[in-house]
Amino acid sequence: MKIAVCVSHVPDTAAKINIGSDGKSIDQNGVTFVVNPYDEFAIEEALKTKEKFGGETVAISLGGDANKETLRKALAMGIDNAVLLKDEGYRDSGSVAKALADEIRQQGTELVFFGKQSVDFDNSVIGQMTSELLGYNCVSVAVSFSLEGTSVKCEREIEGGKEVVETTLPAVITAQKGLNEPRYASLKGIMAAKKKEIAEKSPSPAANYAEIVGMKKPASKQAGKIVGTDSSAVPELVRLLREEAKVI
Amino acid sequence: MANKYLVFIEQRNGAVKKSSYEAASAAAELASKVSGTVEGIAIGNDIEGLQKFGISKIHHFKNADLLNYSPSAYTEIISKFFNENGFDSLFFGATAMGKDLAPRTAVHIDAGLAIDCVALNIAENEIIATRPVFAGKALIDLKITSPKKVFALRPNVFNANASSGSAEISLHEVQSPNLKVKVTELKKSEGKLDVAEADIIVSGGRGMKGPEHFKLVEELADVLGAACGASRAAVDAGWRPHGEQVGQTGKTVSPNLYVALGISGAIQHLAGMRSSKYIVAVNKDKDAPIFQIADYGIVGDLFEVVPAMINEIKKIKS
Repeated sequence: MKIAVCVSHVPDTAAKINIGSDGKSIDQNGVTFVVNPYDEFAIEEALKTKEKFGGETVAISLGGDANKETLRKALAMGIDNAVLLKDEGYRDSGSVAKALADEIRQQGTELVFFGKQSVDFDNSVIGQMTSELLGYNCVSVAVSFSLEGTSVKCEREIEGGKEVVETTLPAVITAQKGLNEPRYASLKGIMAAKKKEIAEKSPSPAANYAEIVGMKKPASKQAGKIVGTDSSAVPELVRLLREEAKVI
Repeated sequence: MANKYLVFIEQRNGAVKKSSYEAASAAAELASKVSGTVEGIAIGNDIEGLQKFGISKIHHFKNADLLNYSPSAYTEIISKFFNENGFDSLFFGATAMGKDLAPRTAVHIDAGLAIDCVALNIAENEIIATRPVFAGKALIDLKITSPKKVFALRPNVFNANASSGSAEISLHEVQSPNLKVKVTELKKSEGKLDVAEADIIVSGGRGMKGPEHFKLVEELADVLGAACGASRAAVDAGWRPHGEQVGQTGKTVSPNLYVALGISGAIQHLAGMRSSKYIVAVNKDKDAPIFQIADYGIVGDLFEVVPAMINEIKKIKS
């Protein structure tokens, strides 16, 4: 079986975000980029599935040369091949999904893993959109995944619980934290990844259906009142919550 | 532009979600500014409370197999109805179901998409959607440029103007829905409120010192009718389940009241809860970043302060 995993290259969650001079994007100065945290669960699930059923894995990323770092990480963890769809320009979610769907179609993969969202634009939609473009079935926000023949069974996280979802291949699965414990890349894996070639392709062009007209920082919150330093402050705190904030 | 809006009304087990009332109210408010119209679409079997929506007409697509969510069937039904009736904008609540459905339907109806919107405004007769990115460290204003548009609205942000009105219900029996992807079982966490939907959240962090002390978090949540949350440190230590994690790799929340116990306030945690209306922090370290965004703070030992809070709130509630 051929398994694909789509990965994105995003600012570290510890990064401070400042707005760039164009007022529509972030200032990348001093920002460290990493593999999108949810994509690590996707990579791990692709590897586990290959270990169980055999086959070949490919990591696909859309973006600039910097994304190669994230693709190398996927290779170091054990992914067989990597493809960079090279495009530095702005793409909305639908246009990203179209580029990925075209590549997946070319690769002929019947099982595709995504992280449930990228922690940059927090869209949480690319996996679902890609599946619809491909005509694949899709389970999003999966915290468990099992495959038997062509039958797929997942649990997906919902408000206050989980739902069990059943479907069949070909399928797109988007990974939520809890799906597995991503492995660390071994030294051997890291060395091997350095020697592997990353295929570079031009993604198919697609029109954007949305544009960013502005980007701003959230209104800064004023530090409030320190009510006290021990339990003697509690009655006043509770009074404030009742009478001033009116929230309890 | 006809400004003909359709709102998806979400039900689970026949009960309508509060976020659907919020989406309907927001759509109705936008429609009033551009002389548009709003109709609703609900999918399920028996659904309670469909009349009280503040919108005039609701289409109920009914089939016993649609009681549980089916991404494939719901996507087809909504897309077909949207396309056949000349709607131009589609609204969802950005719930677990809404976030799954909105992108699928956007592809089917060939629409641009703005997910997790926290504000919708009209500028030059176009809807501008504001949505948090980088877990709320920044906000973008997004303009959908395609003729058809899909918006998913973050729960707990928009006001729900529940009306006593009586919407006209139009019943559509669904024949053999497409169940290629279907929910076969619901596993509820026993009686637990989810942080994504709660009006009040009590969260514990590393300062709780161990899983056994989360009893305190649970008790305080209990007396406040709140959901329990946790910081990434507490989740990564295995003290709490990931479903409770608030922050950039957990849930982004905006309750009326957020109580942070023993949470220092790492940037990824603050990103996930800074839009809470009121924030209370209890922490020993007066320099903890959480105090920079807290409305009320107690710089002290939470193991002494929290039991007093539980007692005080019990007192006023009795």
